Amino acid sequence: MQLKDTIRENQAFLTRAIVAGMLVIGAVALLVGRMAQLQIVDHEHFRTLSHENRVKVVPLPPTRGLIYDRAGVLLAQNRPAYSLEITPEQVDDVDAVLDQLAAVIEIGDEDLERFWQLKKRKRRFDSVPIRVNLTPDEAAQFAVHHHRFPGVDIKAQLLRHYPHDVKTTHVLGYVGRISQRDLEQIDASNYAGTSHIGKNGVEKTYESALHGSVGHEQIEINAAGRRVRTLEQTPPEPGVDVHLHLDIALQEVAMQAFGDNNGAIVAINPKNGGVLAFVSQPGYDPNLFVEGISKKNYDALQGDDDRPLYNRALRGQYPPGSTVKPFMGLAGLERNAISFDTSVYCPGFFQLPGNTHRYRDWKKTGHGPMDLDAAIVQSCDVYFYKLAYELGVDRLNDYLGQFGFGARTGIDLTGESTGLLPSREWKRRARRQPWYPGETLIMGIGQGYFLTTPLQLAAATAAVANNGTFYTPRVVDYLRARGSGEITPIPPSSQPIAKAFQQNWDDVRNGMANVVEGARGTAKRIRSDAYRIAGKTGTAQVFTVAQDEEYDEETIEKKLRDHALFVAYAPIEDPQIAIAVVVENGGHGGSTAAPIARTIMDAYLLRDTGDDS
Amino acid sequence: MNYTARQLGDLTPTNPNRRQGLLAVFHIDLPLLVGLLLLCGFGLIVLYSASGEDLAQVQRQMVRLTLAFFVMLAVAQVNPSTVRRWSPSLYGVGLLMLVAVLVFGEVGKGAQRWLDLGIVRFQPSELVKLAVPLMIAWYLAEKRLPPSWQRLAVAAFMTVVPVLLIAKQPDLGTALLVACAGIFVLFLAGISWRLIGALLVALAAAAPVAWYLMRDYQRQRVLTFLDPENDPLGAGYHIIQSKIAIGSGGLYGKGWLNGTQSQLDFLPERHTDFIFAVLSEEFGLIGVLILLALYLFIIARGLYIATRAQDTFNRLLAGALVLVFFVYLFVNTGMVSGLLPVVGVPLPLVSYGGTSLVTLMAGFGMLMSIHTHRRLLPT
Repeated sequence: MQLKDTIRENQAFLTRAIVAGMLVIGAVALLVGRMAQLQIVDHEHFRTLSHENRVKVVPLPPTRGLIYDRAGVLLAQNRPAYSLEITPEQVDDVDAVLDQLAAVIEIGDEDLERFWQLKKRKRRFDSVPIRVNLTPDEAAQFAVHHHRFPGVDIKAQLLRHYPHDVKTTHVLGYVGRISQRDLEQIDASNYAGTSHIGKNGVEKTYESALHGSVGHEQIEINAAGRRVRTLEQTPPEPGVDVHLHLDIALQEVAMQAFGDNNGAIVAINPKNGGVLAFVSQPGYDPNLFVEGISKKNYDALQGDDDRPLYNRALRGQYPPGSTVKPFMGLAGLERNAISFDTSVYCPGFFQLPGNTHRYRDWKKTGHGPMDLDAAIVQSCDVYFYKLAYELGVDRLNDYLGQFGFGARTGIDLTGESTGLLPSREWKRRARRQPWYPGETLIMGIGQGYFLTTPLQLAAATAAVANNGTFYTPRVVDYLRARGSGEITPIPPSSQPIAKAFQQNWDDVRNGMANVVEGARGTAKRIRSDAYRIAGKTGTAQVFTVAQDEEYDEETIEKKLRDHALFVAYAPIEDPQIAIAVVVENGGHGGSTAAPIARTIMDAYLLRDTGDDS
Repeated sequence: MNYTARQLGDLTPTNPNRRQGLLAVFHIDLPLLVGLLLLCGFGLIVLYSASGEDLAQVQRQMVRLTLAFFVMLAVAQVNPSTVRRWSPSLYGVGLLMLVAVLVFGEVGKGAQRWLDLGIVRFQPSELVKLAVPLMIAWYLAEKRLPPSWQRLAVAAFMTVVPVLLIAKQPDLGTALLVACAGIFVLFLAGISWRLIGALLVALAAAAPVAWYLMRDYQRQRVLTFLDPENDPLGAGYHIIQSKIAIGSGGLYGKGWLNGTQSQLDFLPERHTDFIFAVLSEEFGLIGVLILLALYLFIIARGLYIATRAQDTFNRLLAGALVLVFFVYLFVNTGMVSGLLPVVGVPLPLVSYGGTSLVTLMAGFGMLMSIHTHRRLLPT
């Protein structure tokens, strides 16, 4: 019985053991099936996931191209900016380290605030800046104590810097942090990894060339996102260097010549439209904007009555005043309204037929009998009232349009103003009024609705200087690739001005020469023995003097004083520079603006080092 | 299957004259020893990679393994009848310690599992893993098999009490293993298939109740198992990364030390609970099959030893120990490959850590003891 039980029990156990063994085999088969499904069937899928897990593509931002003046002087560079950064992972007690750091280097409350804010957003092994824009002294000071601060390091980042700061602002513009609006206008993938973008000036116009193309790096990362190694690299293509027509030395002379006055100067090479000097006074330091301007600084610039942010050379719209007279004269001659020796008697005023209103000449006593040459030299208003009256607004508008008045010149800077060359059509559209004959008269002396930018005046003067070719002004001469040195010229773009008789041009140019050289010329004080200058003064009213009032420069508030203008080119025989000067509230063109132009022309034409234009 | 004791006796070296040499003297079963050594060796190779080529960690594990092998050898020297005699006392001590843990125990990782005995910290649930099958086998072997309903109920109660105490710590993985140990003894003891069927139905019915009793993190694990993509960065992260590691390994694997999921830290707990994923990634399906072959060899040898055992107690004990060893393997690999929910069960003899190692090897020591202490049966 006992034995029989044992055998039976033994057999029962064996059955159960075999069942258990089969269950084991079944379970293992299930497991193997599962593994085969993961490792064979879905292998591709998981291989992709595993790859995506560990491989990250990191953009490599290109180095921004540099900007040089015509002589190769560096105007915009990339400078290492030093910041002090803490890597939280490597620091045991951040608070204690901050306390010790404060003893070595100045740390302000806003530095601390920014630090704690950034620290929250970054990963433990990412360094967080505690101080930015260290001075070289501060950097050196910290370097001495560096050994005491493991996990605290000085980091260098390339930051745009404009060594000539205020002198180049209105031409170069500046770069700033990429904004949401910028992002909508650019190829975001090309800007992955780039922090700054050209906001205005050359920096903006030539943004794509200056920026270059982004490179990429495939890196292997671990689960925490830390870089393990580099797998593959496509280096970025650095931005192209930009070489300007601008002459920084001339720019400096121009600014000094301006003194405390506000206004603008544009100097152009009449042979190709290259901008030699481009000044808007006052300027501001573009470097303030690179790392984000503080609200205090920005408010100060914005609230300044002299409006330093305003680019007067590009956007300032001034009545051209008498500087327009040579163009008017040319219009009269070429469109057969007058001939060179037509004589007009100037009694000190002009009246339209059947109208008692007196259009006054600036010289109350009158100039007496005037021909075109005398009218330009002495800037007789009555002569040009009559000329304009006889030409009519339509022919004036048509002819002057060829010199670029009333339209953007197309210069390679953004934000240019059009100025205003009035017409019947314009007045009907803008003012819903008909054109009155009297408005034609004051247009003839560059007043009334007529508005020009200093840039337009310079470009138009250059067209006279080069005897009839309107060049679109260009700030940039050529682009130069960093590695290959390959040069891409920015070709001049020009439009010939319709010419009836060459003699008409010679006569007007002669008149402009006599403005400087004639005994009664309004700019005779700037006459030079070294070279010959042709020019025309102008005075633009800011403030309208009533019919029965006198304009008295002494008693009037400076802000309401007339603007002084002067356009000129030199040397007469082979013009190399055409210039327009506007001195706001400067009074008379001949006394204020003309000497500035002379200083610039001296600097350009008489400089010791060779001329390379 | 009509084996007689005689026939069984003929198949094995039961003749004392044939059991000679060192192996016989030290009661070592050579196939089992070789299987275990191969498995542990393979495990150490994988561990070297999973630890991030940390030789010190591998050395620590080697020390533990050596210690565990000595425990196995020591246990193998003890006669099964001695073990049988001590079973009730061991069970009693185990229960007391479980209660002590709940009262005085140390908290680690959100659970109360450890008892600080001054010199060593000790996990009583490990002792219970052995004490429960010993106790149930001892109890059932006293009377004829299959057991009566009454005895079944007592045996079930003997299992449930420690399981509940362990679940309360909470340590779901160990509770599961202990419960399995008890259930396997009952199964091997020959409880009726009808009862097994009824129990399975009851288990399915009890699932909602279990859900209600579960802690939040346990429920989370179940939910995560059902839909890991639902929480890819939280609870589902483990299982998603583990599947990526396994799947990306393919047939041949990425090569030793070249598993990107493991080496770059995407795989969590890679040297402990998830070491199977490291192996799968670096050695591919081929490596997985080799590992499973080693396990199956050990399990087969264990089951064989159980069937060759000479009395009911030994048979039930040996069979239960082997099957629990298999549950370890299946729960771990099932969890790592996403077949089962995440339950903290290590890959036996391969995962880094020493807690379960000693218990497992003591179990193998008992198997060796059972196999090497046989007498010639009377015919």
